[in-house]
Amino acid sequence: MRKPRWIAASVMPLALALTIAGCGGGSEDTGSGGTTGGNTGAADADGALSAFGTEPENPLVPGNTTESGGSKVIRALFVGLTRYDPVTGESKNAVAKEIATTDSKTYKITLNSGWKFHDGTPVKAKNFVDAWNYTAYSPNGQQGASFFEQVQGYKDVHTEDPDGTAGPQKAPEPTAKEMSGLKVVDDSTFEVNLNAPFAVFPLKLGYNPFFPLPDSFFADQKAFEAKPIGNGPFKFVSRKPNAEIVLTRNDDYAGDDKAKFKDLTFKIFESNEAAYTAIVGGDLDFLDTIPPTGIAGGKYKQDLEGRNGSTPYMGNQTLTFPYYDPTYTNADLRKALSLAINRQEIVDKIFDGTRIPADGWVNPAVPGYAKGQCGDLCTYNPEKAKEYLAKSGFKGTVKLSTNADGGHKDWMTATCNSIKNALGIECLYEPIPTFAETRQKINARQMNAIFRTGWIADYPSIENFLNQLYRTGASSNDGEYTSPKLDAILAKADSAPSVDEANKLYQEGERVLAEDFPVIPLWNQTAQYGWSERLDNARLSSLRELDLTSVTVKKK
Amino acid sequence: MGRYVLRRLLQLIPVFIGTTFLIYWLVWSLPGDAFAGKCGDRPCPDAYVQAMMDKFNLGDPLIVQYGKYMLNVLQGNFGETFRGLDVGELIGEAYPNTIRLALVALAIEAVIGLAAGVLTGLRGRGFLDNLVLVSTLFLISLPVFVTGFVLQITLGFELKWIKTTVSASPAPWEHLIVPGFVLGSLSMAYVTRLTRTSIAENKRADYVRTATAKGLRQRRVVGVHLLRNSAIPVVTFLGTDLGALMGGAIVTEGIFDIKGIGSLVYDGIIGKEGVTVTGVVTLLVMVYLLSNLLVDLLYAVLDPRIRYD
Repeated sequence: MRKPRWIAASVMPLALALTIAGCGGGSEDTGSGGTTGGNTGAADADGALSAFGTEPENPLVPGNTTESGGSKVIRALFVGLTRYDPVTGESKNAVAKEIATTDSKTYKITLNSGWKFHDGTPVKAKNFVDAWNYTAYSPNGQQGASFFEQVQGYKDVHTEDPDGTAGPQKAPEPTAKEMSGLKVVDDSTFEVNLNAPFAVFPLKLGYNPFFPLPDSFFADQKAFEAKPIGNGPFKFVSRKPNAEIVLTRNDDYAGDDKAKFKDLTFKIFESNEAAYTAIVGGDLDFLDTIPPTGIAGGKYKQDLEGRNGSTPYMGNQTLTFPYYDPTYTNADLRKALSLAINRQEIVDKIFDGTRIPADGWVNPAVPGYAKGQCGDLCTYNPEKAKEYLAKSGFKGTVKLSTNADGGHKDWMTATCNSIKNALGIECLYEPIPTFAETRQKINARQMNAIFRTGWIADYPSIENFLNQLYRTGASSNDGEYTSPKLDAILAKADSAPSVDEANKLYQEGERVLAEDFPVIPLWNQTAQYGWSERLDNARLSSLRELDLTSVTVKKK
Repeated sequence: MGRYVLRRLLQLIPVFIGTTFLIYWLVWSLPGDAFAGKCGDRPCPDAYVQAMMDKFNLGDPLIVQYGKYMLNVLQGNFGETFRGLDVGELIGEAYPNTIRLALVALAIEAVIGLAAGVLTGLRGRGFLDNLVLVSTLFLISLPVFVTGFVLQITLGFELKWIKTTVSASPAPWEHLIVPGFVLGSLSMAYVTRLTRTSIAENKRADYVRTATAKGLRQRRVVGVHLLRNSAIPVVTFLGTDLGALMGGAIVTEGIFDIKGIGSLVYDGIIGKEGVTVTGVVTLLVMVYLLSNLLVDLLYAVLDPRIRYD
């Protein structure tokens, strides 16, 4: 039997999403954004609720947690300098009182007083600096290390393996343990020096790797992993592997976004399908990702009548050309293929309208997004597609590929058929059995077909959709695309003095993509979620998680 | 008898070493990189991969890795998963659920299967016989996941008689009745047919005629003489079936979300976690071997003519 692995494959690591109600349309649901099911009955301030969870991929340490299963728990346990607004995704100060800069290169960060870890120790500047240094130090092997790459001295604490992890050589021992760019001024102040001006830097500070760690973490890491101590709205109670993670409200929480219920249990399910069964049967209170079986034909709207919602988030789906494969070197061919895909029809027929056809490489839900960056190249136009194809002189078979365990078959085949019908060339869909094998082939640059790629922004900014994906040698530039022109524009944008000016430059960079077409944008994602009869005010936050600040439990 | 048992138990040792190595090797040689899919749609940072490889000895040759693993197992340490969870603890948590499910299934198939088999075997041709034959044929031809989903939807969602998922751990017995029925339904059909044939055959045996001629009551003839002799093939089947039920529970566990070993093994295979798969499957092999031994010993109880030394 194949256990559906829809989640594992499609939940990209950094599920941070931005809700903008009504953006682009695409779903005409009851609970879009803030408004949710009827607000009947009084709320039980000491109520308990259960939310869908998946087993965290790593021990619950913020710097090593970027996937969604662990992030949900980490973000209930911790809060950083800033946090993202549950509705708009806007970055707001939390532990930080002020993040001051004059040149976008040196940031002086002042902390609010009164914040405490769950063990009673105060949250000091030192806790941030120590945590960041720990995460960036390469022998600690933390997944979030690269988020500190703009900080001065990162290269001294984080060394690269010269021949990759597979080769015989090992990464050299870092020369320093602490980044020189981080300086503690006093208990409530510290300074961050970057290598170069980077206006978008403060937007990152609400993300997991930037959370503080208590002194007890550094004293005994094993004990911390067994019982994590954070500074967030919830405290850790217990954990049963593959079954549940139990948290309870932190009544000493210093933030103004306290929870309106008491006990929070993340129930771990084998699959979304099982969780869906549980929520329909009343055994689960909140499910953040309705499985494809529930979405097909809008089934969930009947099963969870008045208890479901749909909201766009900062993720998109794309097709990437392997630049190392000579088959796809012709830009006209790449444009022809994009023109040959009938996005709207696939969205309507396969996804039941739960995707929004893309008009560019940046998701509309992020600040900095500009409309129609793709021009008319992202609109279905078989005549024009044929023209481009003729110009390219391509004759042969186009191949599409992705992992077979992620429920992508239907739309991949539909895309192939659309190309076949519009261009009259052969198109083959060649799946690879598992997600891991697919990633391995992509990482090893061994793909010989156009492959599916997906991206969910780490933080709400256009920058995150460009720098990490299209810059020469960027960590997620899976197709090995390279353009000196784009690199130059992006470098200029990074060092722009203000976020607005930076965004303008990033948009200019996005237009370079329309010339080269290294990646075909397909559609932007929306998330479908549902809740039980016991909850009121349930909604999906901008982080694509249950908004813990608004949800209430009905009095029995 | 004692020597026989000892010999059989000693045989477990090479089987244990052989299976653990085979499974470890099989998982090791699965295609794919354990850490390629662990960071979503982006490559994992090198430093992370390196730290994990060091922690789990993945840089060593297979035989060294296996050796280190076995040393730990002999000290009662089943190792850690890539998620940083203790495998021993996971197994301790999951195994009771699977064992409970398998026992419920075994009980259901034994009770219903034997009863239906004895009934039809004694009566011979007729309406009941035909009914049982047709319904068992029906059960045999249905894959387990069909039975599972159909019962979950009708009894759970439509009629609301049962809970649709059994998420609690340890799983309460009463919640396992329907999943147990689903799991045991196929074997139940086999047990019925096996018993029916066996009874029908032995019904005409000399010793049954003798017993009847001695003037024994019908109940004693059937219950002691006939059933005991007819039980050998059925017991053999039931014994080996316990292991098969536990291994085959993966599908049923998936449908009803029972926190058993099914998801452990599945995730272990997908994630290339040799340690988890080896631990779980080796225990399955042990259960299989021990239940076989038990069956062999039961033969002597059922048929005194059988001797072991």
